[in-house]
Amino acid sequence: MSETVLKVENITMQFGGVVAVDNLNLEVNRGEIVALIGPNGAGKTTAFNVITGVYQPTNGAVWFQGEKIVENHPQGKMKALYKGEHAGEYTAVLAPTPDRVTRLGMARTFQNIRLWKSQTVFDNVLIAKHCRSTSNVFSASFRLNRKEETRQRENVEELLETVGLADVKNELATSLPYGKQRRLEIARALAAEPKLLLLDEPAAGMNPQETEELTAFIGEIRDRFQLTVFLIEHHMNLVMNISQRIYVLDFGRLIAHGTPAEIQNNKRVIDAYLGVSEDA
Amino acid sequence: MEKTNKKRLWITLLCAGALLILVTLLENVLDPSKNVMLFISLKKGAVYALVAVSMNLLNGFTGLFSLGQAGFMLLGAYTYAILTIPADQRDAVYYIYNGSAINFSLPELLGGGPVGLVLGVLLALVLGGCVAAAVAWLIGLPVLRLKSDYLAIATLGFGEIIRAVFQWDKLGPVTNGANALKNFPTFSSFNIQGGLRLSTCVAFLLAGICIAVILLLINSTYGRAFKAIRDDEVAAEAMGINLARHKRLSFCISSFFAGVGGGLFAMLVNQAQAKTFTTAMTYEILLIVVIGGIGSVSGSCIAAFLYVAASEWWLRFLDTETYIGGFKVPLLRNGFRMVVFSVIIMIVVLFFRRGIMGDRELPDLLAGLSGKTRRKEAAGK
Repeated sequence: MSETVLKVENITMQFGGVVAVDNLNLEVNRGEIVALIGPNGAGKTTAFNVITGVYQPTNGAVWFQGEKIVENHPQGKMKALYKGEHAGEYTAVLAPTPDRVTRLGMARTFQNIRLWKSQTVFDNVLIAKHCRSTSNVFSASFRLNRKEETRQRENVEELLETVGLADVKNELATSLPYGKQRRLEIARALAAEPKLLLLDEPAAGMNPQETEELTAFIGEIRDRFQLTVFLIEHHMNLVMNISQRIYVLDFGRLIAHGTPAEIQNNKRVIDAYLGVSEDA
Repeated sequence: MEKTNKKRLWITLLCAGALLILVTLLENVLDPSKNVMLFISLKKGAVYALVAVSMNLLNGFTGLFSLGQAGFMLLGAYTYAILTIPADQRDAVYYIYNGSAINFSLPELLGGGPVGLVLGVLLALVLGGCVAAAVAWLIGLPVLRLKSDYLAIATLGFGEIIRAVFQWDKLGPVTNGANALKNFPTFSSFNIQGGLRLSTCVAFLLAGICIAVILLLINSTYGRAFKAIRDDEVAAEAMGINLARHKRLSFCISSFFAGVGGGLFAMLVNQAQAKTFTTAMTYEILLIVVIGGIGSVSGSCIAAFLYVAASEWWLRFLDTETYIGGFKVPLLRNGFRMVVFSVIIMIVVLFFRRGIMGDRELPDLLAGLSGKTRRKEAAGK
């Protein structure tokens, strides 16, 4: 159970002179739901972008399922500008593109929903299956891959059934209500057959009832697809309810890490982010 | 889902088959020498339809705004011409350069006669496409890193450069310099003497097969990936679609069919000359794509025929000075056609921005209509 799926090691992400993520270390174990929280601008999404290959970190490494997938060290003019730690420790450069990271088994959703707008719900999920397809462009064009295509379509039907979107599968993705669009984005990520699911503010803009449904939904899919979930979230109800462990970022630095109960009573976290409720 | 797909397939096949039979009938019933404009418009329409669909694959389905189409057509046209000029005609064609550097022709190599002609022409067309695709792959390496307008400018530049290179004197023994390549098999070569006239049918058949292949591609898992890149590149990449690879793929395939279209264009006009493949030609094709609807294959086809018929045939009268009795109709003179045309285009772009079809396809509309009537009937009962 305690096998490490994701390990972020001494990651520093510096844009020019601005240190967005400063020496971040964290681990996510198989089957866990882990949350990353912190005030706006703390570097949470930047950390996600480094993990998924969108940004190349300035220094540090990322391990996924025991394999080093990202590594970098300060180069060129960054050498002089670098303000972080562990500068001499890394020598190699590993910079996978985001699609490669996804094919390795990490799928993500976005803070501001990014569905394919002109496509139906069904096609949105089906397109995500493309990265698992083994046919080349000839066999796909001339329908020599019919078996694979049929299997993919069946898988998508099944998946839509599981996430409760089967009844709207022929609607345009953008015609869905907000909550369902969020759900569809998660379904799309699931179609890429990930081991680790990264959710960037899945409950953003949701009302309390939708948030509650989403909380249950994340737990369900975790069990059903044997996933590990790593999420960024501001809704503390959701975070405290479903996560086993929580990391707290502030100004790019990790300020606390522990179980929900520990985090709720951590003085630094309360000062930096959670605050004190008025009636306390 | 499967059922509607089958229905679409049948409607498409039915339409294509009916069109082919109709065109063949027309050419054999009507006298081509008395209906020159009709048949030129039909053939040119078919060729332009193919090139427009190939451009739509790139611009409409993958979201890469490229303006290199005429350049790739040029490559296809020259490859086709160079490979099919009969050996005994070469000295006459390349008279300025004292004969050609290449002294074989594919139709003759493949046995001559009708079989050699068909196989040779097909092979030369495919090779023309391959040359265009290969060049597309090469220039795609640097150029596909660019986005939107920048990509358009770079590909536009490519078209101009390739046109200049093919007119280069030093390449004369191969490309015949600035002179035209001619005397190769054309659509009319497929007319059986004293029998069936097949030239228009052949043009439709060749263009139709290519368009069918593009359609198959668009509806495959790769076509869906292209549309995902068009809709949202960041999401596509995050969902495991390799952007560089898929863009290159789309660019090469689009160029392949532009190359084949260039070969067909050479067959249509009986010659291949670099100066015909201008930027204006690319704009013509872009116009067809826009008028037809960006992202609609059937729209591009319909618009190609409308555009060609209008510019070559229906609006011709605007270019000739006309007298009604003693009264000279004002404005009608050489060049006025293009003025009217420009106005029509401006109106389309301003008021009908989605074009004839938007991003819908003809079979969908037909299937939708028949579905509606059926529903109405059911309600009536």
